[in-house]
Amino acid sequence: MTDALLSVVGLSTHFATRDGVARAVDEVSFSVRRGEVLGLVGESGSGKSMTAYSILGLVDPPGRVVGGKILFGGRDLAEASGEEMRQIRGNRIAMIFQDPMATLNPVLRIDTQMIEAILAHEATSRQAALERARAALAIVGIPSPDERLEAYPHHFSGGMRQRVAIAIALLNRPDLIIADEPTTALDATIQGQILYEMQKLTVESGAALIWITHDLSVIAGLADRVCVMYAGRIVEQGATADVLSVPRHPYTGGLLSSIPGNAPPRERLRPIQGMTPPLTDLPSGCHFRPRCPHATAECSEVPQTRPYGAVGQSIRCFHPLQASDPD
Amino acid sequence: MAREESPSWRLLSDFAADPFAVVGLFLLLLILLVALAAPLISPQNPYDLAQLDIMDSRLPPGSRSASGTIFWLGTDDQGRDMLSAIFYGLRISLVVGVTSTLLALALGLALGLIAAYLGGRSEALIMRIADIQLSFPAILIALILLAVLGQGTLKIIAALVTVQWAYYARTVRSAALVEKRKEYVEAARGLALSPSRIVFRHILPNCLPPLIVVATVQVAAAIALEATLSFLGLGLPITEPSLGLLIANGYQYLLSGKYWISFFPGVALLLAIVSINLVGDRLRDTLNPHFRQ
Amino acid sequence: MADAAAPPPTPLLELRGISKRFVKRLDLAEQIANLAGARIREQTVEAVDRVDLAIAEGEVVGLVGESGCGKSTLGRIAAGLLRPSDGERYWRGAACNGDEASARERRLKMQMIFQDPFGSLNPRLTVLDIVGEAPVAHGLIGARQQIEYVGLQLNRVGLDPTLMRRYPHQFSGGQRARIGIARALAVKPEFLVCDESIAALDVSIQAQILNLFMDLRVALNLTYLFISHNLRVVRHISDRVAIMYLGRFVESGPTAQIFAAPNHPYTQALLAEVGDLKPKKKAFAAIRGEVASPLAPPPGCHFNPRCPYAMDVCRERAPALRPIGPERRSACHLNEPEE
Repeated sequence: MTDALLSVVGLSTHFATRDGVARAVDEVSFSVRRGEVLGLVGESGSGKSMTAYSILGLVDPPGRVVGGKILFGGRDLAEASGEEMRQIRGNRIAMIFQDPMATLNPVLRIDTQMIEAILAHEATSRQAALERARAALAIVGIPSPDERLEAYPHHFSGGMRQRVAIAIALLNRPDLIIADEPTTALDATIQGQILYEMQKLTVESGAALIWITHDLSVIAGLADRVCVMYAGRIVEQGATADVLSVPRHPYTGGLLSSIPGNAPPRERLRPIQGMTPPLTDLPSGCHFRPRCPHATAECSEVPQTRPYGAVGQSIRCFHPLQASDPD
Repeated sequence: MAREESPSWRLLSDFAADPFAVVGLFLLLLILLVALAAPLISPQNPYDLAQLDIMDSRLPPGSRSASGTIFWLGTDDQGRDMLSAIFYGLRISLVVGVTSTLLALALGLALGLIAAYLGGRSEALIMRIADIQLSFPAILIALILLAVLGQGTLKIIAALVTVQWAYYARTVRSAALVEKRKEYVEAARGLALSPSRIVFRHILPNCLPPLIVVATVQVAAAIALEATLSFLGLGLPITEPSLGLLIANGYQYLLSGKYWISFFPGVALLLAIVSINLVGDRLRDTLNPHFRQ
Repeated sequence: MADAAAPPPTPLLELRGISKRFVKRLDLAEQIANLAGARIREQTVEAVDRVDLAIAEGEVVGLVGESGCGKSTLGRIAAGLLRPSDGERYWRGAACNGDEASARERRLKMQMIFQDPFGSLNPRLTVLDIVGEAPVAHGLIGARQQIEYVGLQLNRVGLDPTLMRRYPHQFSGGQRARIGIARALAVKPEFLVCDESIAALDVSIQAQILNLFMDLRVALNLTYLFISHNLRVVRHISDRVAIMYLGRFVESGPTAQIFAAPNHPYTQALLAEVGDLKPKKKAFAAIRGEVASPLAPPPGCHFNPRCPYAMDVCRERAPALRPIGPERRSACHLNEPEE
């Protein structure tokens, strides 16, 4: 895609552990266009967070990006040096973490931290940086920003801290924001507020957003396209409307039927049997094979990504669900 | 996954991942072995005054005695074979160090658990006493106690226990406070289990990891403290020298060329302390939950 | 409605006028400062404020609210783990006031399923001990029968009994949740308080455990108090639901009715946040403000600073929880007839 802002091709990240090699990210490919919101959905161990860390060069030993290309702004980030990555992080690509205290230093004032984030990438005056910081806080909906600038993180509630973290992410007007479960730990009403802000911001600034979550309802409301991940692989991707209304991969279908609210109340849900396999002991061929009601002998081969279903939808499966399949 | 991994097994295999720690462990085991087997492997019994011959005093390493035994590490000013003296000295140092640590551990454990469980005034009282004691230099307290109690192995152990219990009490208390708040303790209360069962079967085993680490390092500290006290002339009697006393004896000869009388006991002491510290450090790292996951 | 002539059956558990205050007492330094003229006050948190709740046998009551609303505290009081500051608890009509002989038996009948699959199991005990300790200690079974009995409990919750000699860290989050349930079932409870018991689990595992709860309820005739912030789950499993905000009930009633037509503005706001899975770009409409700190709740109706319909009376007087229909209650001045 020539107008893709970020294009990840065949990314693989492996961890060397005592029990063997954990293929945390296994040949993952997707792309994001300017102004687009991409949802990256999966349960624990699916590799969604690790994909984000790999893009930003934040994978620590014993983990390593072992293959693939990360094309961004005309460069392959997988080949970039530490210094180049440092210039991109917080500048062209910003990240928001689940725990705002991963971004905020508890012993520094908010204005200090924000000014630091600006001056690290741009030679401007402290006064100008302070102005931008104040504006950023206002954009994310923090009342009385002047007072808040002089405060410390522990003066804020969880929701406020996350907003500050988002403000910091926006300071340098990044082209791409990667948000890793930023609202999972927050109350429903606060989550609603933050989603509202994020929606507004992406529209206004034109930045692309990758939103990582396990909560499909957030994706339904927020994302243009979605990638569903399982055990390190993307098993299905496509436009949100298509994937959620007619899921093609049995895992996606299973996830949707696990969510109460689709099923009549007080009846048994139809969850996926079994558990996610440990990353060091994955089944051969299709990773979902042991839990899949449609699996056959064919599934002991590794499925490749192929287009299926609606335009722009693709899956990694030998037995995709048909639109006529019962849930 | 067929193995039944107990937390202890996991600990051992994590521990072994660091080569330095493994070396330290082997060294420590060697030292322990030597200390245990001292009577069997020493060429001479250095406490038996009948075996000593003043004519053999201050001989350099490698010399022979009149009766033909080789003094591998030389002799001291009373004619004692240094090698044997070091073996026996290690033994005494280790016995004193380990015994005092174990006793201090037991005492500190009991008091720390009581403080954590009872809370309120009892806790405040116990902790303040511990704090006050820890604010004095260990050596000062030990000196005062020994000056009052006099010399002897038991008395030195008593002094070391008095000096050390506070570390354990504090460590146990903070660990117990943390564990007390965890949900499995709440679950145990919900299951109407008795308080003593909760404390000893649930809270205590989970407080052990930090304790083990403190204890391992404290053994080294206790040995060093005993050596210091012996060096200063308090503590163990002159006829059953620990490493500290041996070092003290040879001190006056250091600059006149007869280095071996202080040097070799010093090396032995160093090896003992370093190996204990290596093991203790590694234990601390492996038991640290951040490190593990 | 039920036969009007017959008296309603005694609720299994009844909480009347329950309040719980947490007081942070002044420490020595602060007491001295006060003597010198500083006016430091003790801080009190009204975690639960005059709550009434009656749970009938066999029912599932959902308790919903956001963090800081007091639902966990109320849950612990209901399970007998925490003593209320005011109010009374009644088990099968009899007051619970710590009479020793029956107290222990009664405590075993009410069990709690905890949230944290990591912290709720003792890491140093095997599953055999975790599940089997209490039944043996209380004489429900003999020591020789422990292995068989634990095996039975594990089967019941869908775990392989041959794993009983393993330690918690060798299990996944979902399996640990099951072990926690087995531990509670082992003492033959009649009433379970589930405090966010599935919140920390993956979506597909949540569904499995929810099914387990529903199966057990039928098989063992259990009664649940199901505490969660996840409205979708609560709607799926509960017969009745109560919504809490800063220590008070704001609305309660049958689940279907509340979800179809929420009365209280807070309930309406919460339900608006429950996204459906219809994939259309939703315009998330924010409800203003933050949840107030429990240390300084707003006067009058706690919700008034964030309520789009707030009136003057809302700032002055807390609305009472009044019936607004058969079995439905709501605490809002909007429901009150014009004076």
